[in-house]
Amino acid sequence: MIETKTNDLTFSTLDKDAGLKAAIGTKPADVIGTISDSALKGRGGAGFPAGFKWKLAAEAESDEKFVICNADEGEPGTFKDRLLLSDFADLVFEGMTIGGFAIGAKSGILYLRAEYTYLLAHLEDVLAKRREENLLGENILGKGFDFDIRIQMGAGAYICGEESALIESLEGQRGEPRNRPPFPVEDGFKHKATIVNNVETLCWAAAVMSKGAKWFKSAGTEQSAGFKLLSISGDIANPGVYEIEFGTKISDILHMAGCECEKGTPCKVKAIQIGGASGICVPAKDIGRKIAFEDIATGGSIIVFGQDRDMLHVAKNFLEFFVEESCGQCTPCREGNVVLLDGVELLEEGKCSMKYLNELVSLGETMKVASKCGLGQTSARAFLSIVKHFKDEIMGREPISV
Amino acid sequence: MADKNIIKLTIDAQEIEVKSGTTILESAKMLNIHIPTLCAHDDLCVAGNCRMCVVEVEGERVLQAACAYPITRPMTVKSTSPKVRRARRHILDLLMTKHYGECYACNRNGNCELQDLAAEYGVDEFRFGHPEEPIFEMDTSSSAIVRDMNKCILCRRCVRTCMEMQGVGALNVIGRSEWTEIATFMESPLNDVVCINCGQCVNRCPTGALTEKDQTDEIWAAIDDPKKHVVIQTAPSPRAGMGEYFDLEPGTPVTFEMNTAIKMAGFDKVFDTNFSADLTIIEEGTELITRLYKALVAGEEVALPQFTSCSPGWVKYIEHFYPEYLANVSSCKSPQQMFGALIKTFYAEQKDIDAKDIVSISLMPCTAKKFESQRPEMCASGYQDLDYALTTRELGKMIKEAGIDLPNCPKSDFDDPFGTATGSGVIFGVTGGVMESALRAVIELVTGKKVEDFYEHADIIPVRGFEGVKYAEIHIPEVGPVPDLLKNLIPNWDWLKGATLKVGVAHGTANAKKVMEDIKAGGKFSECHFIEFMACPGGCLGGGGQPIPTSPEIREARKKAIYSEDSAYETRKSHENPAIAMIYSDFLTDGPCGHKSHKLLHTHYTERGKCLV
Repeated sequence: MIETKTNDLTFSTLDKDAGLKAAIGTKPADVIGTISDSALKGRGGAGFPAGFKWKLAAEAESDEKFVICNADEGEPGTFKDRLLLSDFADLVFEGMTIGGFAIGAKSGILYLRAEYTYLLAHLEDVLAKRREENLLGENILGKGFDFDIRIQMGAGAYICGEESALIESLEGQRGEPRNRPPFPVEDGFKHKATIVNNVETLCWAAAVMSKGAKWFKSAGTEQSAGFKLLSISGDIANPGVYEIEFGTKISDILHMAGCECEKGTPCKVKAIQIGGASGICVPAKDIGRKIAFEDIATGGSIIVFGQDRDMLHVAKNFLEFFVEESCGQCTPCREGNVVLLDGVELLEEGKCSMKYLNELVSLGETMKVASKCGLGQTSARAFLSIVKHFKDEIMGREPISV
Repeated sequence: MADKNIIKLTIDAQEIEVKSGTTILESAKMLNIHIPTLCAHDDLCVAGNCRMCVVEVEGERVLQAACAYPITRPMTVKSTSPKVRRARRHILDLLMTKHYGECYACNRNGNCELQDLAAEYGVDEFRFGHPEEPIFEMDTSSSAIVRDMNKCILCRRCVRTCMEMQGVGALNVIGRSEWTEIATFMESPLNDVVCINCGQCVNRCPTGALTEKDQTDEIWAAIDDPKKHVVIQTAPSPRAGMGEYFDLEPGTPVTFEMNTAIKMAGFDKVFDTNFSADLTIIEEGTELITRLYKALVAGEEVALPQFTSCSPGWVKYIEHFYPEYLANVSSCKSPQQMFGALIKTFYAEQKDIDAKDIVSISLMPCTAKKFESQRPEMCASGYQDLDYALTTRELGKMIKEAGIDLPNCPKSDFDDPFGTATGSGVIFGVTGGVMESALRAVIELVTGKKVEDFYEHADIIPVRGFEGVKYAEIHIPEVGPVPDLLKNLIPNWDWLKGATLKVGVAHGTANAKKVMEDIKAGGKFSECHFIEFMACPGGCLGGGGQPIPTSPEIREARKKAIYSEDSAYETRKSHENPAIAMIYSDFLTDGPCGHKSHKLLHTHYTERGKCLV
């Protein structure tokens, strides 16, 4: 197992399966009520209200329903789900079981990122143990609820972290997003009502059932309740997984991970990429901004760039990633990322006019609104924010003569 | 109380009420609001991948694809706005970065959806670049279809057509991101994979990425060669479709104007394929009766139901997918090939022309006919029976190239000795037509009475219509004397008295698959005596060689044209065609399914299977 540095995590303090025991002793509608009251939003990045998602699936007419745990953690710079899967697997499965109870599903599937194959044996052991303990299987804890979980491996495509592409992949198809609506809550895996939740969301759902909605809601901000795990990496002293309350300032987060910017010494941070490759690049001057759905939302990836980083190279790196990972289905994403990457290469060579750069920015704006799924809608964000905040740096290249 | 299923929406300040589940695109059409599309097609499932049709939906963070957005709540939509126009123009700009090819050197110049949209959205430069060299090698391996992936815009209509409508799956998507391609299995040449040559993909391709193998240069060379006697037979469906190539409304028949245009273009003779369609009815009907007699009276093992063999797409389909049922397929050649064999034998003899100097051409609504004409077994005359099969589009192009104003040509008849055939021949062009023609003949030959005694106006309605799979039962209440033509095969009809003939009809090979699976499972189609299969939707009128575009409405219009032409014929039954009587008295003297007819008019099939060699 990989050692990951962390701060004190709420998840370490929970009684095992207390949430499940609390949930299964009530009615599914009560569980959904508690999750809704907690104001828990999805931790994968999109921030959809978890209780509402469960409610829609619970109300959907479907002879079979499914709980899918999205463990296809592929966003560059995020590794908090890896920690949860290795150190808190019971909690993940507990959350899935609670979800199953709430929506009326009998089966759950954990879609595990191909690169996490090394965790598979461990996860299977945990599942086996839970079956022995009657926390899975038939008549769970004698309460008449049947539910079991299987694990399906991903095959390495980033796009399969998008929930409808994940479902296509589960069904054995090309991993490509579906048109939405209809949404998985009514038309998901095998066209049955399905909830797809991030690993962390399911863990917090279990925590909420254990410690109560009030406890959770009292943390964080008005619009962003509770806590969030962040994966912090890059040019910083103590990279690792850190739990914060929503509303925490970026500067405090950097400080938590060993940056001395608040202590009066010259800050060596140039920019912070929040939300991974699909996120935005925040210049150091904005470290007073907060991590929250109402300010800067994130699935948890924080990448710190030091003063000597070339921001054009950063933009290029992210675009190369998207050119590699676009599923190729819709025009704006399939072709747009390539055009942006070519543009970055022109910038590198000092051959990009301001007029053409403006064309690229305009194209990036189109990609944000015209792409079919979240991948294409976010792939230009890093580029756009780097152009916005570091224009002098990226435009100031000496032309390369051949 | 208001109907929950009726939803009010506003598009560009116009209000409309639609049924829940109607898409924004469909609603806009009802309001005559034009929303551009590339991947959407009326025949296919929603893809939502080109993003040309994006619109603003009030309250939504991002633009939505109008084709893929079902309306389930009241909403306000803007189909045009700065954001929408910018997005559409960007999408075109992006498609241009990969679309290699010059419009004026393209088969689809003037009939290309990408070209139209580029004009509509004022594309006046290649904003993000344009390929200067081809990326892909053209695949010309197939005798029917040419694939030029340099022009492909990845709308996936072809993939959906091949899978959904045809159940073949010759084309699919491989690779990811900018390496995404439409490919065959293992990227093999099209000729080496399971493709039935139906050309339905060609009919739905928005650009010139998929086209028929153009043979017009070869035809011009033949016409221009004074030593060659160039004859063309024309099938019924192109006559119902050719008008569209000349901007006439779909369903405008141009049969007799086209005869004149063909002659003006330099062809020596124009014949009516309906003659050999009528001949097919006699041969295939005789084959059916013989099979039934063997099974029901002689107690012999014969393969039933008998399947039709006119559609070369269907023939290749069954060779690949159900080779174990090839014995069920009628041994009759298609009308095209029967005619081909007769032109280089009977006609050559009659006119005293050396068969080697005859260039025999067909006008077909079909791309698979090209493959069929080149089958090695199609050489009964001692030469390749048919030299070239032209699509409706190819002949249309030739007529335009010759400067002929087809719609305004005077009318002229088909040439002798085959003359103008019957209404039965005409309806070969529509699904159910071969069955109806066969039934008209069988009913009269067996009962000795008029079809009209059983079916008003001889219209056998139960086998008509565009339903994917049809089933009908035809009762034979009484029998008459055996006609002279069949006397040496069948002693009497007593065994058919009171019988019920069970028949099936399927069009589009995905529907054919349903029937075949039903037969395998011992369902009602396994009890049938005769089943008509056509590879293309709507039958030949929806063939892969017909003018582009195609849609259910266009096919409906062509269907009407075909049935009205049938109605207008004096002779509407194959066995009443005087040229048929002539051919059996003068040439095929040992009768239907006799020795000579077997040599010239019948064929055999190849077990191809689904695995590649």
